Amino acid sequence: MLKDQDRIFKNLYNDNGSDVVSSQKRGDWIDTKKLTDRGRDWIINEIKDSQLRGRGGAGFPTGLKWSFAPKEVGSRPHYLVINGDESEPGTCKDRDILRFEPHKLIEGCLIASYAVQAHVCYIYIRGEYFVDGQKLQTAIDEAYEKKLLGKNAAGTGWDLDIYIHYGAGAYICGEETALLESIEGKKGQPRLKPPFPALIGLYGCPTIINNVETIAVVPTILRRGGKWFASLGREKNTGTKIFCISGNVNNPCNVEEEMNIPLKDLIEVHAGGVIGGWENLQAVIPGGSSMPLIPKEKCETLTMDFDSLMAEKSGLGTAGIVVINKDQDIIKCMARIARFYKHESCGQCTPCREGSGWMWRMLERMAKGEATKDEVDMLGDVTNQIAGHTICAFGEGSSWPVQGLLRHFKKEIENRNNLDPIIQKKNNIPYLVDQHLLDKKNA
Amino acid sequence: MSLRKPAKEQPDNFEFNTSSLEAANNIISKYPKGKQQSAVMALLYIAQRQNNNWIPLAAMKYIAKFLDMPYIKVYEVATFYTMYNLSPVGKFFVQVCTTTPCMIRGANKLVEACKEKISVNESELSDNKSCSWMEVECLGACVNAPMMQINDDYFEDLDKEKTLDILDKILNGETPKPGSYRGRVNNEPENNRKTLMDLKNA
Repeated sequence: MLKDQDRIFKNLYNDNGSDVVSSQKRGDWIDTKKLTDRGRDWIINEIKDSQLRGRGGAGFPTGLKWSFAPKEVGSRPHYLVINGDESEPGTCKDRDILRFEPHKLIEGCLIASYAVQAHVCYIYIRGEYFVDGQKLQTAIDEAYEKKLLGKNAAGTGWDLDIYIHYGAGAYICGEETALLESIEGKKGQPRLKPPFPALIGLYGCPTIINNVETIAVVPTILRRGGKWFASLGREKNTGTKIFCISGNVNNPCNVEEEMNIPLKDLIEVHAGGVIGGWENLQAVIPGGSSMPLIPKEKCETLTMDFDSLMAEKSGLGTAGIVVINKDQDIIKCMARIARFYKHESCGQCTPCREGSGWMWRMLERMAKGEATKDEVDMLGDVTNQIAGHTICAFGEGSSWPVQGLLRHFKKEIENRNNLDPIIQKKNNIPYLVDQHLLDKKNA
Repeated sequence: MSLRKPAKEQPDNFEFNTSSLEAANNIISKYPKGKQQSAVMALLYIAQRQNNNWIPLAAMKYIAKFLDMPYIKVYEVATFYTMYNLSPVGKFFVQVCTTTPCMIRGANKLVEACKEKISVNESELSDNKSCSWMEVECLGACVNAPMMQINDDYFEDLDKEKTLDILDKILNGETPKPGSYRGRVNNEPENNRKTLMDLKNA
C-alpha cells in the first residue's frame, strides 16, 4: 500500500477543510515563485521525467503535450483549458478534487499556464457539479484576494485569470475538441483532427487541454521532483492515481493509490471486498464504462495501469472501477451502458448515431432472450462498423464495452438466445441489409 | 441522441430581470471581446433559473439578440444539451441516475419511489404541481450509488425508504438536507478507512 507521505491528495476525504489557509498548511502555494523561476524548459522537462500520463482516459504523456505549444507567442494568445466534464459512468474523482483540493488545481493551472504561456485559463465543469463548481469558485475568489491569481500571480510575474465554464449535461463535451466547441458557445460536436488544439484550438488559438487530476498533481511533482513521481508505479506507468471503486462492493470509495496496484488489493483492502465474497465476483469494468470488462479469472492477478490493462485488451481509462457480482445480469448491465451511449451520442457521425441505438436495442433483446442465434455475430459486426469510423473516440468508447461482453460472455448470450435465424438461406451477399427478403419467392 | 422538443404552450415575451441582467453581463466579461457567443450556455442557465426552471422559446430569441447571434444557434445549443428544460418542470426537479453503477446498486427502487410519490410517468407534474422527476444518465457520484439530484443538490447512498422520506419532504415544500443518507463522510470507505488515518484522528 502507498505510504501516506507519498499521497498527493491529502485532503481527499476533507479532513482539514479546503480553504486556502488549510491548503497552505498542506503545502500548496508555498514558494510557487521558486518553481516558475527555474523556467519553462525545466518545468516541462521535469514533467517529462516524471512520465506523467494524462488522467482523463487516453493516457497521453503530459510533458509531451505541453511541448507542442508554440515556443513563441505569436499574434494569437495561448489558452489553457481544464477538462472537468467528468461524465464517464464509474468515475467521480475530479469531483473530489474540485470540492476538497481546489487549490492544488488552481496552483497547477498557474504553473501549467506559465509553462505553455497562457494568460487565460478556462475550467470546464459539467453542469451537474454546480455545487462543487461553486466551491471551486470560492477557492478562486480566495486566490484572487490573496494575490495568488490575477496580475503578477503569486509573485511569479505571470498574469493569469481563471474562469469557470459550466457544461449542461453532455457526456461528449469531455472529448477535447467538443469541449472547445462548447466553450465557444456551440453544440458540443467534436472537430476533425488535425489540426490539433495545441496549434488551432479555442477561438482558433493554440490551446492545451488537460484533465483536472493531471493538472492538480503538477505542483507536487515539481516540488518533490519528477524522479520521485517516476519511482512510484512502474516504467511509463508512474505515480499515483485516484481510483473510484463502485458497484457491488461492501465499501465503495475513492482512494489514491500507486499505479500498478493489484486490482484484488483495491477491491479487498480498500473497498471491503465484493458483496457475497470474492467467489461471487462476475466481472469488473476497470476504467469507466468505455473500457471492456474483465472476467473474474483474470481479476485475480490483474494489476492496474495503462499498459497491463492494454495487454488484457482493456484499458485504465479514468480508473473508475465498477465491480459486478454474480447477482447481476451481465447482459442487462451492458445493455444499460449501451443505452447510455445511445443517449449521449452527439449525432454528428452516422455510424455512431445509428449504431449506438442498434447495439442498445439488440442487447435489450438479448437480455430478454428474444434474439436469434445469428444476431450474436451480427452484434459484433455492428461494433466493428462503429469503432474507427467516427470523428472522435466515442465510436470506440461505445463499442468496446459490447466487444468486451462478446469476448468474455458469448456463451451466456448464446445460451439465452437460441431462436432460429429469420434468414434461413445463406445468400452471402455482403452489405445487403434486407437479405431476408430474398427468402421470399416473389421478392 | 436524445429527443428533445419545446413545450407547446409558450409565453409571448421574455426579458432578463435586473439581477439576471447583472449576472449575464458579468459572464460576458469572462470571454474575449467579440466572442460573446461563448456566454450562451451560461445565459440559458440564467434564463432557466429566472423562469421557474425551464426555457421558453421567447428566452432563446431574447438571448440571441442579447448576444448578437442567430436565433437558430441558440436553439441548437438549447436543444443539444440535456440540462436545459424546454418544457415546465416542478419547482423540485428530481433526477434519478439509473446508469449501470447505480443500477446494480438498486436505482430502480428509487424510480419506483418516484413513481409512487410523484407521478406514474416521468416528466409529469405531481398532483400538487410542485415536483417532477426523470431518469438521467450518469451524474458522476458512482461511489455514492444509488443517488439522485434535486435541483442543484446531490442526495447519495439512498434506498427506497430514504427516497420516500425525501420525496415526502419536498412534496410538503420542505428542503431536505443534501449529501449522504447513510451518514458517511464524503467518499471515504465506511468503517473501513485505511489511509491518511493521522489526518482523520487529528
